[in-house]
Amino acid sequence: MNTPMLTAVTVFALALLIGFAVISKVPATLHTPLMSATNAVHGIVLIGAMLVASSADDALGYAIAFAAVAFGAANVVGGYAVSDRMLHMFRAPTRGEEEEAKR
Amino acid sequence: MNVIEEAARYALLGAAVCFAVGLHLMKSPATARRGNLLSAWAMAGAVAATLTVIVARGTVTGTGWIVLATGAALGAFTGLRLARRVRMTAVPQLVSLFNAVGGGAAVLLAIGHLLDGDAGVRAALPGGLDIVIGAVTFSGSLIASGKLQGIVPSRPLVFKGARAVTLLCAGSAVAGVLWLSAAPADPAPLLLALGAGLAFGVAVVLPIGGADMPVVISLLNACTGIAVAMAGFVLDEQTLVIAGALVGASGAILTKLMADAMNRSIMSIILGGFGTGDEPVLAG
Repeated sequence: MNTPMLTAVTVFALALLIGFAVISKVPATLHTPLMSATNAVHGIVLIGAMLVASSADDALGYAIAFAAVAFGAANVVGGYAVSDRMLHMFRAPTRGEEEEAKR
Repeated sequence: MNVIEEAARYALLGAAVCFAVGLHLMKSPATARRGNLLSAWAMAGAVAATLTVIVARGTVTGTGWIVLATGAALGAFTGLRLARRVRMTAVPQLVSLFNAVGGGAAVLLAIGHLLDGDAGVRAALPGGLDIVIGAVTFSGSLIASGKLQGIVPSRPLVFKGARAVTLLCAGSAVAGVLWLSAAPADPAPLLLALGAGLAFGVAVVLPIGGADMPVVISLLNACTGIAVAMAGFVLDEQTLVIAGALVGASGAILTKLMADAMNRSIMSIILGGFGTGDEPVLAG
């Protein structure tokens, strides 16, 4: 195993720990919005798709890059937009609690 | 590494930090929306930084730019339209759909990079894992979304010999990954890993009842995070590794919290169709 791989694995392990740390106790009302928000964060795959598109130079490569970029962009834009729509209901905490009580 | 690329690296690192802070802010209803917006701006920054790097490298062909622009426009437009139009009650299946395309993107970029041929042997193992995990989340999330939408029957679907098929898919996926590690640029193991992953996703989610779908979607969401982290290893792109691991870990915790809130254990949900109240229907 060489140094860049070792560095990447180290970063991976530390990021896992941070992921465990930032989410500990979440009220049940936020479960779905949080799921949607983490879903939007893995839309970062879009930048990977962009990098692959930047080095594509044949028909198959272009086709794969096109689909990857389109999928990634849908994940990012749709993910954040739908999370924001859900969280809109929490804007005023008192009103959010009323709505929650109604449900 | 020139100055522009170095600056872009720092911007990407900053974005990764903002993702973590954004998720942390999501823990409380009062700050949740701000957290999501912070995360969204960080994502916009990361995309801008990557665009700068691509322009500075100057390797993109004319066709490449058209592919990039039309792909991004099509994806963004479709995503935004779906997110704006969806009824609030139909949000979980839409999240699952976005999760599916995210996993699909992770699979495609690994395939694109490995088929390109200039990927090192080092990229083969994470590439294989990326393809398998991404394929599982792609097909699994589509089925989960279909079950909530009513396109796929939401009752647990159990076929005769389904367990054997599931095990066979899992075995083929492992074989595909190992084979790919030995022959990184060969399309055959790549297709084996892809096909086995897709079949496994379908075989695992079909026997699970509709009521458990939110937990399953959350679990698949965490898996997509891991697939994206693997994509980061393939491309040697640390931002993908950080963000993917972040989603994988926080998604796993969230899955546990959701299962606890429903008074269910994750294992019993995945093993499927038992004790849900709706008994498995023998459909084959």
